[in-house]
Amino acid sequence: MKVLDLGTSSLREVNSVLQTATTGEFVVSNPQGAHALGCGLDAPVTLRVEGPVGYYCGGMNQQANVLVDGNAGTGLAENIMSGTVTVTGNAGQSAGATGHGGLVVVQGNASARCGISMKGVDIVVGGDVGHMSAFMAQAGALIVLGDAGADLGDSIYEAQLFVRGSTTSLGADCVEKEVRPEHLDFLAVRLADAEMDANPADFSRYGSARMLYNFHPDDVNAVEAAR
Amino acid sequence: MTGDWGLRPSHTFSQDVLAEIRRAANTGVYSIRGFGAKRQLPNFDDLVFLGASMSRYPLEGYREACGTDVVLGARHASEPIQIDIPVTIAGMSFGSLSANAKEALGRGASAAGTSTTTGDGGMTDEERSHSTKLVYQYLPSRYGMNPDDLRRADAIEVVVGQGAKPGGGGMLMGQKISARVASMRNLPEGIDQRSACRHPDWTGPDDLEIKIQELREITGWRKPIYVKIGAARPYYDTALAVKAGADVVVVDGMQGGTAATQDVFIEHVGIPTLAAVPEAVRALKELAMHRTVQLVVAGGIRSGADVAKALALGADAVSIGTAALVAIGDNDPELDAEYRALGSAAGYWDQYQAGNDPAGITTQDPDLAGRLDPVLAGRRLANYLKVLTLEAQTLARACGKSHIHNLEPHDMAALTVEAAAMAGVPLAGTSWVPGRRD
Repeated sequence: MKVLDLGTSSLREVNSVLQTATTGEFVVSNPQGAHALGCGLDAPVTLRVEGPVGYYCGGMNQQANVLVDGNAGTGLAENIMSGTVTVTGNAGQSAGATGHGGLVVVQGNASARCGISMKGVDIVVGGDVGHMSAFMAQAGALIVLGDAGADLGDSIYEAQLFVRGSTTSLGADCVEKEVRPEHLDFLAVRLADAEMDANPADFSRYGSARMLYNFHPDDVNAVEAAR
Repeated sequence: MTGDWGLRPSHTFSQDVLAEIRRAANTGVYSIRGFGAKRQLPNFDDLVFLGASMSRYPLEGYREACGTDVVLGARHASEPIQIDIPVTIAGMSFGSLSANAKEALGRGASAAGTSTTTGDGGMTDEERSHSTKLVYQYLPSRYGMNPDDLRRADAIEVVVGQGAKPGGGGMLMGQKISARVASMRNLPEGIDQRSACRHPDWTGPDDLEIKIQELREITGWRKPIYVKIGAARPYYDTALAVKAGADVVVVDGMQGGTAATQDVFIEHVGIPTLAAVPEAVRALKELAMHRTVQLVVAGGIRSGADVAKALALGADAVSIGTAALVAIGDNDPELDAEYRALGSAAGYWDQYQAGNDPAGITTQDPDLAGRLDPVLAGRRLANYLKVLTLEAQTLARACGKSHIHNLEPHDMAALTVEAAAMAGVPLAGTSWVPGRRD
């Protein structure tokens, strides 16, 4: 295990070590809210950050297993491709934004726009998520053990949303859907992956009504011609 | 009575206005189209070069050197882009354009020694392999965004806005969401895609500064970072882009084209390119960043004269989109009968969103796309880029400049009061610059 001290090394130096490593375990000490820490990793390394991080920690992650022992700022694991990014505390807005794959785990609460524009990532939040979460969410799953704020899943595409608690309101074209056995199986797997203790049967499922997928012109002339 | 009075058209309710009212009444959906603003706007035609005379010494038109090379992105990037001509190809997506069209743009630009740009749909292997210099757009939708493509790009362009629709997001109609396009964008096939108008994980210049830091960290501080803005408030937006750490600022005027946008957006939002350039340059000069942060200007650039005038106002390079499509075959008169069969005509075709382009450019239909020969079309684009450069050089030499970047506002006069005010150059035959007190 190699310790990288952000109190004495620059962000570029620390990220360079992490980005060029092909394997191994790393610890970053004294993060002091640094932005863009551990972004662009592309190897099966393990990174543990001892303290809070700023924006975009674990951004565009590939393969790596990142653990933040503390809170995270805006854009945690944004555009994650694969691997896992976990925070033990709370996450700021836009956690897991546009993620294409992998797993993001927030053990505390996640702020607004959690999972915005997600494209295949799975996100598990132990607490609540803020307003406009899963906005324009395209693929993947957002699993919330607590409550969801206003306008959940606004303009959602094919992402799946699971909420154990309440939802303040659903956004445009987002509706509640039946929870089928395959969804219970999926939840059981992802909750286990996230090391969360919850009963899949307690979750409600939300997704797209698919009413905004296409424009619906009212072709008056065609109707008249057909008469 | 009508015979005596004649048919008197209404300027307020002209034929195209009447047609749009009928279309709206028949469909209940706003008009969506491609191309750029079609209304008459103040433009570079309203400026003229003064040429050399008693007080200026011209360079010989064909022999004397007049440099055209441009370096983009040396402010922070360790690997800035070096292009041979001051004209680049603007961002246009695979999806909006066929793969053959993207290949043609890559071939033409590469032959001319300049760059192409991806669009709202990710990077394809074809365009990477055919473009020696490729700018990778970082858009609000993040369709197809991935760190591997970031690293294999030659520069990254953070798109805040587009001249055709400042404040608007992308559109791609269902006819063009083929299986491949849908897969690249993680979307269901056949939907009318409306992509986000604002970035999902940053808001405002302070956040953008951190976002740019992240992009630099992921790419090892090697790649130039452009910030593209739609011309709306170019003075403030340019200053804020510089503050956020941009290496290059791209300002796209309202004549800039689009593959699919609401007509009301194209015609009524943003300011003309001519009006935007001096404001962007003013911001750069006040920050002592002119020529340190490069300015690329886009939106309605058609000729070497436009290139030279944009540069004389202070741009470092220009970007072309619509003109490049015309060069590779868009709106070709030889296709007039086919355009007419679709209710349009050569020279008027703007239904880029429809996916049935007879020229094989703005389509995902394999048969139509197969009509475009990317090698031949690439040669046409290379020739066109060569002419733009030769024309700009000719004008620069006439003004006594040994490099096109030596052109300056003092080399020009304006033909209209509006152009004089916007460009900040005197009305021809006077020393009057409207709005300037000195």
